Amino acid sequence: MSSDPVAIFRQEAQDLLEQIEQGLLDLAGRPDDRDTVDAVFRALHTLKGSGAMFGFDALAAFTHHCESAFDRVRKGEVAATPDLVSAVLAAQDHMRALAEGREAPGAEGEALLARLRRAVDAAGAPGEAADAGPALTTWRIRFSLPADALANGTRPLPLLDELRDLGACQVTAVTDTIPSLDVLVPTECHLAWEVVLTTEHGRSAIEDVFIFVIDDMVLDIEALDAPAQDVEAAGGESAAIVSEAVETRAEPDGGDAKAARGGGETVRVPAERLDQLMDRVGELVIAQSRLKQLAAAGTEPLLRAVSEEIERLAAELRDTMMVVRMVPVGQLFGRFRRLIHDLARDTGKAIALTLEGEATELDKTVIERLADPLVHLIRNAADHGLETPEQRAAAGKPAAGTIALAARQSGAEVIITITDDGRGIDRARVRAKAEENGLITPDAVLNDQELLQLIFQPGFSTAQQVTSLSGRGVGMDVVKRTIEGLRGAIEVTSHIGEGSQIALRIPLTLAIIDGLLVRVGAARYVIPLAAVEECVELSLEQDLRSTGRSVITLRDRLVPFIRLRDLFATGTAPDPHQKVVIVATGQDRVGLVVDQILGDHQTVIKSLSRFHADVGTFSGATILGDGGVALILDVPHLVAAGQRHDAQLRAAG
Amino acid sequence: MSIAEAADTLQVLTFDLDGETFALDAGVVREVLDATAGTQVPGAPAFVDAVINFRGRIIPLADLRVAFGLDRRADNIDSRVVVIEYDLDGDATLIGLRTDKVHEVTEIAAGDLEAAPRVGMRWRSDFIRGLARREGDLIVLPDLDQIFLTRGGAVGAVVPLAPS
Repeated sequence: MSSDPVAIFRQEAQDLLEQIEQGLLDLAGRPDDRDTVDAVFRALHTLKGSGAMFGFDALAAFTHHCESAFDRVRKGEVAATPDLVSAVLAAQDHMRALAEGREAPGAEGEALLARLRRAVDAAGAPGEAADAGPALTTWRIRFSLPADALANGTRPLPLLDELRDLGACQVTAVTDTIPSLDVLVPTECHLAWEVVLTTEHGRSAIEDVFIFVIDDMVLDIEALDAPAQDVEAAGGESAAIVSEAVETRAEPDGGDAKAARGGGETVRVPAERLDQLMDRVGELVIAQSRLKQLAAAGTEPLLRAVSEEIERLAAELRDTMMVVRMVPVGQLFGRFRRLIHDLARDTGKAIALTLEGEATELDKTVIERLADPLVHLIRNAADHGLETPEQRAAAGKPAAGTIALAARQSGAEVIITITDDGRGIDRARVRAKAEENGLITPDAVLNDQELLQLIFQPGFSTAQQVTSLSGRGVGMDVVKRTIEGLRGAIEVTSHIGEGSQIALRIPLTLAIIDGLLVRVGAARYVIPLAAVEECVELSLEQDLRSTGRSVITLRDRLVPFIRLRDLFATGTAPDPHQKVVIVATGQDRVGLVVDQILGDHQTVIKSLSRFHADVGTFSGATILGDGGVALILDVPHLVAAGQRHDAQLRAAG
Repeated sequence: MSIAEAADTLQVLTFDLDGETFALDAGVVREVLDATAGTQVPGAPAFVDAVINFRGRIIPLADLRVAFGLDRRADNIDSRVVVIEYDLDGDATLIGLRTDKVHEVTEIAAGDLEAAPRVGMRWRSDFIRGLARREGDLIVLPDLDQIFLTRGGAVGAVVPLAPS
């Protein structure tokens, strides 16, 4: 990781700005949410402070105004009106530019601040006086700061002073945790404080005192003699507020992701190092399977014991490594709320975004590579999918269109769907366009799915006119290529007048899969276990009977099969006990005839070189325990080929 | 390599293919391995029909004999695989090349190098970067760019790579 302080600040600023943006978007929906107001205020405050520290003076000065505005919101002097929120949102873009050191004209900043001032003035009508009740409550407050608090610039005295400002105070220092003199580090803070405070203010006022340190400290607020009428301290049981408090509070949209980021202790590690670690783990898994073979061949019980131990450790290490690389998709989805906000403004359509399954986790690399395709698909849905409010009214739909983003795990895949309730895909237009572009011949017979998949062909666009939103060079073909690069697949469903759904099926990880090792002829191949439904024997009679048409009957269903021996032209005689491995993607299944099933195999996926990139049958290769190479079968490709072959036979017969 | 260039010579690794002597820029050579059949990739062009495990990485095994229309023969005790690192569409890629026999690293003076004649050649002239005469022997310097781009002639004319 770069140790350049400016780079570190920029990273921090980016995180803060993201927090601010999420908070603001939350406020747009629920302007009274105190926690969110506080969170935005804190992030602004930190941004200002760090900015000034690292010499981003313009940023600090500019942020100061936003912070002041939010301070007034926090104090209940002004309400978080939509105007105010969107003024700060706009200002936030300016801050981003300043933080990244981009050219940001001062006039623009002035205009933004003027807008902010107007919004604050307009919102100035003081709202509810939150803690109006004059009833006096006595609280016992215990708090302690982390040991490095002093080194980090936190001073306990002003905190105590602020508490005193709230009412009559009795402060006791708790010295129980102070280590003996010989091990005491003088710069560390080991004192804790117990304060008995009698005040007319509520619990939230006390919490506010600690607003900037609450994440790292231990704070315990307890009402000593709560008067009966004081129900203001909602959930008045003595709640211990520790750093995890972030996770337990009422979750706004995208809350899962926020909690995952905010809670607990985290370490920033460059992704590159994770990749290196992943490579090492991959090599370890390969070496381990060699060791396992050696141990199995020998008669040394001790060696076998060690080998088993290492096998267990390697598997655990692999699993841990996988988890380390996983991040919730909420992190990705969160970015789209702003996109929708902007799209709604630019298209003049009312768009509601619903998110689902944000806690679903995916490999970090996968998440990053999904960002652009998803932006494109959402743009597409907003721009082409959703109708204008008038058209929607005419069709008897609610004025606001809905775009739903959902993620869920299904086996070893994560399925991400983008659903809109718009006009649906006009098949006739797709067809006309494809014919016009020479993608299909006018007499081509296509099923619905094939027709819909045409929108992913290079150079295809159904939009009659290209708007400023779509058509920025990335086409649907790029989306498809990216998804396929992730070994994923795209499915489209669409109903005229009801909307469309695009489902992205993404494998959980790119690096290691469980595979079924099979033999075809003399060569060994790996079939991803996640795609395998079952294995059945192909009897000699069945084999002979089915020469004309390659289908077997499996529980009253006809399943087409592919003889891999023929496909790979091995030139070998079939094994007397051939097996059919039934694999499936989605609804389609196909049988793969292999000579022998060798067993399961921890498959470290290595990609093939450019030379073999266009051999569609294989998605990669792996190194076996004996140092040999096995190719990994590309199941969706084979299933598609099998189905096509079957369809041709049906058409012919 | 810069030293070799300064002296106007080219450092090359020479090897045999079906009785002909070929040479590769020594700068791209990474390692020479004992011959291995590798793992066949069904459906791949004949020029790169296999992959091998090279120190935990899976690399393609190419056969220049296919590009030059020479006879393929079974590996014998002299057969070697020369592993080169080569820029393939912007990716530094490790590639194994099958050879009948590897001779030595030697120098070819720039003056001894001549362009392949346009006519009268046994082989496609666009696959040859140059010819060098040495001790009465003819050394062929293959043009790896062209050969790799056309997959050893499998895709015919020289066109930028695109999925067909």
